[in-house]
Amino acid sequence: MTGARETVLSIRDLSVAFGQGPGEVLAVDKVSFYIGKGETVALVGESGSGKSVTALSVMKLLPYPAARHPSGSILFKGRELLSMEEREIRRVRGNDITIVFQEPMTSLNPLHTIEKQIREILLIHQGLAGEPARARVIDLLAQVGIPDPEGRLASYPHQLSGGQRQRVMIAMALANEPDLLIADEPTTALDVTVQAQILKLLKDTQTRLGMSMLFITHDLGIVRKLADRICVMHAGKIVEQGPVERVFTAPEHPYTRALLAAEPKPDPAPPRPQAPVVVKTDDLKVWFPIKRGVLRKVVGHIKAVDGVSVEIRKGETLGVVGESGSGKTTLGLAILRLISSQGPVVFMGHAIQGFKFKEMRPYRRDMQIVFQDPYGSLSPRMSVSDIIEEGLWVHQPNLNAAERTQRVVAALKDVGLDPQARFRYPHEYSGGQRQRIALARALVLEPTFIVLDEPTSALDMLIQAQMVDLLRDLQKRRDLTYMFISHDLRVVAALASRLLVLRNGKVVEEGAAAELFKAPQSDYTRALFAAAFKLETAPEGVVAQ
Amino acid sequence: MDAKAREDFAEAAVDTPAGSLQPLIFRFTLSPLNKRRWENFKLNRRGYWSLWIFLALFVISLFAEFIANDKPIYINVNGHWYVPALVTYPDTAFAKDKDPNLFGTAADYRDDYLMGLIKKEGGAVLWPPIRFSYNTQVSKPPSPFPSKPTWMLTQKDCEFAATHGFAKCGELEYNWLGTDDGGRDVLARLIYGFRISVLFGLCLTIVSSVVGVAAGAVQGYFGGWTDLLFQRFIEIWTSIPSLYLLLIISSVLVPGFFVLLGILLLFSWVSLVGLVRAEFLRGRNFEYIQAARALGVSNAVIIFRHLLPNAMVATMTFLPFILSSSVMTLTALDFLGFGLPPGSPSLGELLSQGKANVQAPWLGLTGFFSIAIMLSLLIFIGEAVRDAFDPRKTFR
Repeated sequence: MTGARETVLSIRDLSVAFGQGPGEVLAVDKVSFYIGKGETVALVGESGSGKSVTALSVMKLLPYPAARHPSGSILFKGRELLSMEEREIRRVRGNDITIVFQEPMTSLNPLHTIEKQIREILLIHQGLAGEPARARVIDLLAQVGIPDPEGRLASYPHQLSGGQRQRVMIAMALANEPDLLIADEPTTALDVTVQAQILKLLKDTQTRLGMSMLFITHDLGIVRKLADRICVMHAGKIVEQGPVERVFTAPEHPYTRALLAAEPKPDPAPPRPQAPVVVKTDDLKVWFPIKRGVLRKVVGHIKAVDGVSVEIRKGETLGVVGESGSGKTTLGLAILRLISSQGPVVFMGHAIQGFKFKEMRPYRRDMQIVFQDPYGSLSPRMSVSDIIEEGLWVHQPNLNAAERTQRVVAALKDVGLDPQARFRYPHEYSGGQRQRIALARALVLEPTFIVLDEPTSALDMLIQAQMVDLLRDLQKRRDLTYMFISHDLRVVAALASRLLVLRNGKVVEEGAAAELFKAPQSDYTRALFAAAFKLETAPEGVVAQ
Repeated sequence: MDAKAREDFAEAAVDTPAGSLQPLIFRFTLSPLNKRRWENFKLNRRGYWSLWIFLALFVISLFAEFIANDKPIYINVNGHWYVPALVTYPDTAFAKDKDPNLFGTAADYRDDYLMGLIKKEGGAVLWPPIRFSYNTQVSKPPSPFPSKPTWMLTQKDCEFAATHGFAKCGELEYNWLGTDDGGRDVLARLIYGFRISVLFGLCLTIVSSVVGVAAGAVQGYFGGWTDLLFQRFIEIWTSIPSLYLLLIISSVLVPGFFVLLGILLLFSWVSLVGLVRAEFLRGRNFEYIQAARALGVSNAVIIFRHLLPNAMVATMTFLPFILSSSVMTLTALDFLGFGLPPGSPSLGELLSQGKANVQAPWLGLTGFFSIAIMLSLLIFIGEAVRDAFDPRKTFR
């Protein structure tokens, strides 16, 4: 193991508490671990398990005095960080210890150029300015693999892609050659192909600079690929830690075992080439016009969905995969006629293209949608019962109160929620439970076809697996037809009977899921699968940067 | 083993077995959501007590005619009963025989002759606690107007009254807060003034909120040209210096309760528009609005059920301020003399009298404290209401 290695960071009995008096919440409870020089330690756990709070307390970035440390010590190269003066700790931050956050969209200042943001760090910690600073910025950008770094200096964050922004964040973190890099879910917001590139970049830089890394994630695949040691956090405590190989092969704690078993089991509904067609589109197009000038002349189109033909048969699940911006969600919305599109859409034998909102209403009962964000898709000001029964008011207005309640209760039972609690507000439920509520809202109308728009991507691993099981179970019981949109190929593999790979609004590949996963035909699909399942980067030119 | 371990860490509510059904009748009689809001409201002790104090004051002031009036509540004479506080009687109604001193005009119950007559005939008279209305002139003052609150009179004041031909201290009517420079009882005017201020404020708030929310909703929901034109109009409208315009209009029109309401409404409706519009613009792209569209819910229902409740909480946070500013605007106009017609009871007029008569601090102090307390109560209530409507707020 790492006994001979020099210890860079050593955390002992660290606790973090928020609030005061009876409302006090212990977010982190007596956590101890260490990081050796050049070592990568992964901190794994569900959202709310206290992993980010642990990392932020190393930087002393918590909202003090609302947060307190009832116990513990954080030794960084023999110096105690917890008792350090604010002025001193500022010298450590961004110089000896740096951090890369999850959200590349918001962690860069949108009003400053990239050059200015990186130079600021160089100026503060190294006093570097003028021409040498500029050269160093270019050098850093080249290191993190930004093409044409000199030309990019004057770019603003919004002119870069998500992956490039995260690269800039890493460049900023590396600017002073830190001893410890904290990466707080740096790839969660990125596409799988970009994720693979970023992980590779982090790994390469680490070996080159010999720095230590504290990697926070909920994705066990990444841990296995990247980390030397792993700390599993649950409810503020580290329940297990040890070398990656040992923890993955012989987990000791039941929670670790549960986490490792949480991979969604692949058991998709079989393709049914004989079953009646539920949804059929032919050369479906969703083009958004680009208007320029005073007269708003149409100068071109953004082709969100460009000539996609889909055929979904009863009882099947069509998995739609692709990177963000590939038109997956737009395709789903167009099929449900929630945005305007060109090209015929046939739903259960009826051509519904060009129908007005009112004409669509009778069909809405049979086609439903579940959205990605369990926090945004439920009205925060309506009780769960009101949310679920809303569709009944529209489609079966002659039901009486008792019948409506019965339907709501039945739908809640179907998705495995306690119908007693139906008068509560959505915010009293966890993310997974909210997603079940959204599903109940769709199910209460007893639809034939449900568009599932990334219903699991905002959920923790354990909950994800539960959700997949639930969806599969419902499909079997009710003979539902799904269109499952996701960028998470493992979840898609667990559910999809047929697969549609989209890129830039066009179909790259289509076919039975089992065969496609085994033998992808196009380079793009192969790259996508490699990135998702093995976290491998693709040769240049196949995927976006 | 795996399945077992997974169950152990599954979400708690998922594992609890579905219980039996609640009785279905509760659904409509109890409304648990509003009950919870009420509970949350009660948890804010300051707001809760402010509500009760304010309601008590308001309800009392609604019955001002029975508390401060120059007409008795009830007279029983010659076997008939009369309610002078509500009905106007000719003075001849109280006399058994024809009396040369009574002319059949509206009875003046502060007239010693009439009251003596009723007493002589053995009539029972029930007076309100304060025997002045807002426009009753005190007939026997101890000093020139404005005169001190009666309990503040010193021996020296009594001597002054006796030597200068004013009423002697022994035969004074009681003025709890003194009289103003028109010789009217300040407490009576305060009660009536409070009532008219609150009623005016409530009317203005309700009407301007309805107009403002509707305008904001239309702009936010439809967007585009509607929004653009409306916004430019509002920008021009709000750049008009409203107080000067109010002064001009109120000097042209004969000011009265409803005329003032209309004039103030011209400008007060704008305050909520931006807020509601922003909420609608934000809200119409939420996923749950999309979900409602996917359910086939119509536009009107989406506006009222999904978007308006969101906008209402933002509106709620502003309502106490709009209410207090409505009261303030009326007070300001009255203070400047452009408000309610002369003689009407009003807090602004009381303040301006306080300013004009610095030697009579009971005028200014009464005005100041009544307005300060009223506005504070309103703000406390508003804060508590706002918190109660916030579903994310937790009280610990």
